[in-house]
Amino acid sequence: MSKSIFLSLAFHGIMIILTALSLPFMIRSPIDLPPILSVDLIQITDETSIPYAAKATKTLEKIKKKEEQERIVSQQAPPTEKKKEKPDKIPLPEDLNKEKKEMVKKKQNPKEVKDEVRQASEFEKKELFDPSQIAALIDKSKEEQAETLKKDDKLTQSNVKNSLVSSLTLSQEDALKAQIFGCWSLPLGLPYQENLLVRIKLKLKPDGTVIKSEILDHARMNMPGQGFYRVLAESALRAIRICQPLRVPPTGYEKWKDLQLNFDANEMLKG
Amino acid sequence: MMKKLLILVFFLSVYTSLSKAAVEVDITRGNLDPLPIAISPLYVEPGSQEIQLGKKIIKNVGEEISKVIEINFRRSGLFNPLKKESFVQSPDIAHVKPRFEDWKLIKAQALVTGKVKITNDKLRIEFRLWDVIAAKEMVALAFSTSPDNWRRVAHIISDKIYKRLTGEDGYFDTRIIYVSETGPKTQRLKKLAIMDQDGANVKYLTLGNELVLTPRFSPTNQLVTYLSYFRNLPRVYLLDIETGIQEVVGDFPGMTFAPRFSPDGKKIIMSFAKDGNSDIYTMDIESRVVEKITEHSSIDTSPSYSPDGKHIVFNSDRSGLQQIYVMRSDGSNVKRITFGNGLYGTPVWSPRGDLIAFTKVHKGKFYIGVMRQDGSGERLLTENFYQEAPSWSPNGRVLIFYRETKSDSQGKGFSTQLWSIDLTGYNERLIKTETDGSDPSWSSLLSK
Repeated sequence: MSKSIFLSLAFHGIMIILTALSLPFMIRSPIDLPPILSVDLIQITDETSIPYAAKATKTLEKIKKKEEQERIVSQQAPPTEKKKEKPDKIPLPEDLNKEKKEMVKKKQNPKEVKDEVRQASEFEKKELFDPSQIAALIDKSKEEQAETLKKDDKLTQSNVKNSLVSSLTLSQEDALKAQIFGCWSLPLGLPYQENLLVRIKLKLKPDGTVIKSEILDHARMNMPGQGFYRVLAESALRAIRICQPLRVPPTGYEKWKDLQLNFDANEMLKG
Repeated sequence: MMKKLLILVFFLSVYTSLSKAAVEVDITRGNLDPLPIAISPLYVEPGSQEIQLGKKIIKNVGEEISKVIEINFRRSGLFNPLKKESFVQSPDIAHVKPRFEDWKLIKAQALVTGKVKITNDKLRIEFRLWDVIAAKEMVALAFSTSPDNWRRVAHIISDKIYKRLTGEDGYFDTRIIYVSETGPKTQRLKKLAIMDQDGANVKYLTLGNELVLTPRFSPTNQLVTYLSYFRNLPRVYLLDIETGIQEVVGDFPGMTFAPRFSPDGKKIIMSFAKDGNSDIYTMDIESRVVEKITEHSSIDTSPSYSPDGKHIVFNSDRSGLQQIYVMRSDGSNVKRITFGNGLYGTPVWSPRGDLIAFTKVHKGKFYIGVMRQDGSGERLLTENFYQEAPSWSPNGRVLIFYRETKSDSQGKGFSTQLWSIDLTGYNERLIKTETDGSDPSWSSLLSK
């Protein structure tokens, strides 16, 4: 009996020692001190106007030129190719009238909107929203958001935070965000002074379709005075449904199969 | 040893829990476009009768109701009702079982369907609101009333949908009282008029023999108080909209301004000049006891209660220029809340209690704006040559006011019109009235 206890204790002891030794934080490695560098203290005023080294100046000029070129190119996009019309073809007045009629037909509800909506202030408001252009606006905003996100490669604080919390790379996360931005129609008329954050937990299939969605603060849905939260949560769920299958990375399914989306309207509405 | 073991167990548990945590992504942007909503014409059941309102015959009341709802939503600025021509599914089938794929095709996110039956002078209306994306029903209600009430039912349905989709009360089943104006600028004929919030069903309540000013709705019921000049003396009247009975509340000396109800509807607050000095007074409607609230040598006018009745906002020139002040309802603790350039007047407390609307005059222009109750966060919503007298919708989201147009030296081109603007400042709309209109006041919801 005592032998078996002794053996068990010894075995467990060995296991614990082995585990402890294998963990990196248990190993006491000698402190690796960097070599001592001597630093001269100088007056800033004497050194602030140091001219750039010749090579550095050239490199800077190159970068500047490149930036300017890029800027101009992006502003003047090449015109879309059009079929050449015959130069001798002069439109008849009837044709022009037809074209005009067609253009009028293409507009949605031209009368209903124009006679009532008026620009409120010449200084503060540049243009009024035209409900008849909703479909075009939705599509356009999606494209614009996707484009701006593609261009914006800068690391922001929130990006860094998210990339640490999530196991998606920045570009993977941006692609997913861009997709959902386009699908999420924020309910207008939400109260500004309330907490407008909805957290939704998703279970995903490898192709990005949603198996299960769960609102994390579900209790708020039925709280008195929190009617707006239900509306906001529904809008977030609608966005997920419109967007799915979500733009997820082709690999690493195990990492992102449980995905939490934090829909935060605070930033947009409070500014 | 034991300590190390505990550390080991702790780290292993933390590692296990971390490995199971979901990937988090913050979504901080979205579309701020109005919600695309499809309002299918309500299906009229076979055997239903036509509705006759005087000489007017309404053949398809289902379509008319859907039109009223559509106009309400378009004017709200929060919804984008889609064109009926693009609808694939017919109303009779849509009401029973909507084919959500068809509605998704036209990018609708919400769908309204319904049916109507008119038999034996009884109108029965059923409606359903659907979430197109989730393919599920959100609200379903039925109403029974007399056929001539069909417009009201359309407004009630609008309110129900609005509440379900925004989380806040609507303002469609409401009325607006205003001063109807006709004739040239120098000889205006002013009558008291009332209409639905969308401009329909106008009724004139006075004949125009006497000058009427500043009608204001009670926040609790369908009572109106207004000022009228009888033999050049100002009188404060009370008018019951339901019964049409009106009574004189009191004759007041000198200049009397802007009577307004307290939130419980039991008092009227106003300003009038006594011994050449204008101060703020309240009067108990039942006992007719008048109480002086402010005691200052300056001109204090335009009082308005906070929704909880604890505070009063008013304007005064006690600092030299007309500015807005807030005090307790007993007149104590007076605080100035506006310090900006220009003159501030006609302050009105929002029914939500969070904001105060006002008129501002600066460099010859008139602005309608809002600010918080402490005067911070001033936002000017609209600017014009001349506009004033904002009044809140019962949900505190929209303001109605009136605007005057410039006239030439002979007084030609002069007109006054009612306008509305929402809190975003982008959704400004003209409210069409039969005649010119001024001094509007918004009622509370007729059906709660």
